[in-house]
Amino acid sequence: MSENAASSQQTQWVEVCDKNALDADTGVCALIDGKQIAIFYVGKLDEVFAIDNYDPIGKANVLSRGIIGTQGERICVASPLYKEHYDLRTGECLESPEHSITAYAVKVENGKVCVAV
Amino acid sequence: MSKQRVIVVGNGMVGHKFIDGIINSDHAENYEILTFSEEPRLAYDRVKLSSYFSGSTVDDLMLTSEEHYQSAGVVYTLNDKVVDIDHDSKTVKLASGKVEGYDKLILATGSYPFVPPIPGKDQPHCLVYRTIEDLEDITASAQESKVGVVVGGGLLGLEAANALKNLGLETHVVEFAPRLMAVQLDEGGGNLLRRKVEALDVNVHTEKNTKHITAGEKHRYRMEFADGSYLETDMILFSAGIRPQDELARNCGIDVGERGGIVIDNFCRTSVEDIYAIGECALWDSKIFGLVAPGYQMAKVAFSHIDGGEEQFTGADMSTKLKLLGVDVASVGDAHARTPGAQTYTYEDGVNEVYKRLIVSEDRKKLLGAVLVGDVEAYGTLQQMCVNSMDLPDAPEQLILPTSDGSAGAAMGVDALPDTAQLCSCLDVTKGDIVEAVQGGCCTMGDIKAKTEASTGCGGCAALVKSVMDNELKNLGVEVNNHLCEHFSYSRAELADIVRVKKIESFDELLESHGNGGLGCEICKPTVGSILASFWNDYVLEDKHMGLQDTNDIYLGNMQKDGTYSIVPRVAGGEITPDKLIVLGEVAKEYDLYTKITGGQRIDLFGAQLHELPAIWKKLVDAGFETGHAYGKSLRTVKSCVGSTWCRYGVQDSVGMAIALENRYKGLRSPHKIKFAVSGCTRECAEAQSKDIGVIATENGWNLYVCGNGGMRPRHGDLFATDLDDETLVKYIDRVLMFYIRTADRLQRTSVWLENLEGGLDYLREVVIDDKLSIGQELEDDMTSNIGKYQCEWKTTIENPEKLKRFRHFVNSDETDSNLAYVVERDQRRPANEKERENHIPTVEVTA
Ligand SMILES: Cc1cc2nc3c(=O)[nH]c(=O)nc-3n(C[C@H](O)[C@H](O)[C@H](O)COP(=O)(O)OP(=O)(O)OC[C@H]3O[C@@H](n4cnc5c(N)ncnc54)[C@H](O)[C@@H]3O)c2cc1C
Ligand code: HEM
Ligand code: SF4
Ligand code: SF4
Repeated sequence: MSENAASSQQTQWVEVCDKNALDADTGVCALIDGKQIAIFYVGKLDEVFAIDNYDPIGKANVLSRGIIGTQGERICVASPLYKEHYDLRTGECLESPEHSITAYAVKVENGKVCVAV
Repeated sequence: MSKQRVIVVGNGMVGHKFIDGIINSDHAENYEILTFSEEPRLAYDRVKLSSYFSGSTVDDLMLTSEEHYQSAGVVYTLNDKVVDIDHDSKTVKLASGKVEGYDKLILATGSYPFVPPIPGKDQPHCLVYRTIEDLEDITASAQESKVGVVVGGGLLGLEAANALKNLGLETHVVEFAPRLMAVQLDEGGGNLLRRKVEALDVNVHTEKNTKHITAGEKHRYRMEFADGSYLETDMILFSAGIRPQDELARNCGIDVGERGGIVIDNFCRTSVEDIYAIGECALWDSKIFGLVAPGYQMAKVAFSHIDGGEEQFTGADMSTKLKLLGVDVASVGDAHARTPGAQTYTYEDGVNEVYKRLIVSEDRKKLLGAVLVGDVEAYGTLQQMCVNSMDLPDAPEQLILPTSDGSAGAAMGVDALPDTAQLCSCLDVTKGDIVEAVQGGCCTMGDIKAKTEASTGCGGCAALVKSVMDNELKNLGVEVNNHLCEHFSYSRAELADIVRVKKIESFDELLESHGNGGLGCEICKPTVGSILASFWNDYVLEDKHMGLQDTNDIYLGNMQKDGTYSIVPRVAGGEITPDKLIVLGEVAKEYDLYTKITGGQRIDLFGAQLHELPAIWKKLVDAGFETGHAYGKSLRTVKSCVGSTWCRYGVQDSVGMAIALENRYKGLRSPHKIKFAVSGCTRECAEAQSKDIGVIATENGWNLYVCGNGGMRPRHGDLFATDLDDETLVKYIDRVLMFYIRTADRLQRTSVWLENLEGGLDYLREVVIDDKLSIGQELEDDMTSNIGKYQCEWKTTIENPEKLKRFRHFVNSDETDSNLAYVVERDQRRPANEKERENHIPTVEVTA
């Protein structure tokens, strides 16, 4: 038990892909430790974000295929199934906070996209 | 506390309202409800009874259902009549012999049609007009009759006359009084109504007192009148007034009025303890109320009294407004100027057949009543002034005089109405209720109806309710704007103009020059993407457009509920060769795709995963297929019937035309999807009138229908132009579509667009046919340019290795989505539902 807790506190960076593989203002899906994670590249901010790919309302692995945009100050993706918004920084579902998902830290190093899990 | 047992005798409109009131109250659980009806069904809408003749079914008329009563615990018995009340033992006895005890008894027995005691009245084809069974009898009788007479020229009689006319009978109205609607109208109003009704081919005979009904010579019966004249007819419909159904009360020692009606007090109590009477059977202050609204009020009052409340019934406004035989008629308050000292103002326009009369108090400060025939616009204002005793303006005649610009007279500002003003009398909704609903967030009539039920009865108050709503929205400072979303303070149509005129070619360019900052969202991005495609028609997956594309467009397929896609190749006009059909079959088999024929005459292959799309499409493109744009807000299909090439009836080659049109407009991005159909003759087998663009062959060319719709809110297309040659047909379609693309709102189908287009169909004709705006050539040029840039998006995509990279589930792995699960049904696979997933019903392996 305590070992698990300790290991999850250690940030583990997993290299996912070349940054060039990301098209501006769209998403892709990565498989990291058996988990589906959606990765988005927002061109204007030159920033990469990562959240769960699973849409808990539509119950399908589709969030990487949604449209990216802003709601006020928040950067979000809209689920391609039923259009709920998920905050790319926090994973919060704007319409239904009880359906919020996990957001992951991302960094770009030497042209590679790395996600913290 | 034990439940009170409430028995409701009669399940008509008012009895049902009473029950509904208990069910919906906070104390519903304190009551056990039983109801008995003599009729074979639960309550239905008698007010709308006549709509049965214009297509409404019994189901449409029902006010409730057996399921609803069952789920609310209401015990009901149909086809059984209460024949006795024993108020000592507090029981009722039924015709079937059953006896039931009550704590409270509600008499809601309504009324029955009065048939004058004329010898010969009891023969076949002598009918009345009150129940659904009556309507069935009338319909049956009309089939064996040529001439029909309505006895009675009141409200109901004229409604009945309309029904007979609709059934195709030569129709007469016979009235005892010197004028029609004697109860509601004065002489001037009655005379004008008569002229109007006669103009509609209904023969009116006033001051006729029928003495005998005997066998006729030319027709079934002869009606002999007191003045010696006669009229021959095949059927007779009595509508000479109603009489309260008080027989039960009368026989059981409950006080009834001299001329009928169960006497009630302000709490709707009868002379016997624990027995109430409501609706048309009740007599209050020596008055019977033959309208539904006062009955509803009584229902409320009676329940309030039983439930310990204080509400009282203190009379009701009997103002009415209705359309009789297409003529608008309204009467307000004391229409006959019976109040001592009453003064009148009369306005009569014989040319336009309008009659209006105001009845005001002696001091000319208050409105006492009004009569309106032919133009009833002032009804709402006048009725409110009257019931709320509001002060009249200095020159009261202004209220009925036309203004110089031809519009109706001075309307009262709704601000002047007190909050207590009852706007909807059918459902007792006040101005205060509407204001509160608007403050609570309602901003459309739909919201208001759902929230307050206002205007859901006879609908007579709709205009007034809307102006109160609009006024309140204005007071709240709500600017009803049509801005696309937070990123653009423009409507879709305005953005389309900006893009077209300023030649803007990308979303970022538009956001920078005309947006409000931010990155855009899932509303403005696809909208602008579609506008750009409508005018410039670039490849939709070009880098600068890719992030704009909606769920479906971005992977050129329709995303299904489990995240897989469907594949729909174009089959123009629904014509397909056997070889191509075989290719579809082979591909579907290879990838185990669920296969279904669509409503648009083509074939849909479901369940393809993202990574499979390119390979599947490569096979299809190689076999000569193109994308069907089933994923886009764009032209879907042009459905066709087989037409003159094969069909015995066809007069033009509908398939050929359908293929030509589909190929011309394929890929055209638009505010919403667009569907066409072409039929080879007037038999219309392709159902073209339910499409955005419908084309129907004639001997001389083509008839063009526009802006039809199936779907959620069906609408028949409007006939736009007739007997067009091929060239003109295409020209008009070009112009209509481009004008739609320029001016429609986001996700607005052509049907709604036309309904909202100022000037409607006539205006559209002026723009397209008469070229009133001088943009005809421009619209055609825009279309030509769009068509010139057509490409099959799938062909372009499979030839572009960079774009193909996006078609894989994982960017860092070749694995596929492990969340997919299927079961086999009717020999094909389909997505497993949640239950099946949980129960681990064996699912089909997905081929990777
Ligand atoms: C064609 C037509 C058009 C109308 N148009 C309008 C209009 O535009 N506006 C308006 O306000 N009003 C209109 N009315 C009047 C309106 O329908 C009545 O005011 C309303 O239906 C009265 O309701 P109620 O419940 O009192 O009576 P009803 O609806 O008549 O219900 C009484 C029920 O009790 C049953 N019953 C009677 N005695 C017994 C018994 N002993 N045991 C068991 N069951 C019994 C009857 O069979 C009947 O089903 C119209 C009526 C008709 C016929
Ligand atoms: C010689 C006369 C006719 C023949 C042989 C014929 C045959 C057919 C056939 C084979 C179909 C396809 C059924 C299917 O989908 O499996 C069909 C569909 C249809 N027919 Fe007819 N038909 C004839 C006349 C008519 C007429 C006169 C009408 C209209 C009044 C009509 C209306 C329709 C409609 C609406 C469809 C459904 C179209 C669709 O949605 O796909 N048919 N007909
Ligand atoms: S619309 Fe006319 S031409 Fe076309 S299939 Fe029907 S009957 Fe034949
Ligand atoms: S009718 Fe409803 S369920 Fe059927 S295809 Fe259309 S959207 Fe889907």
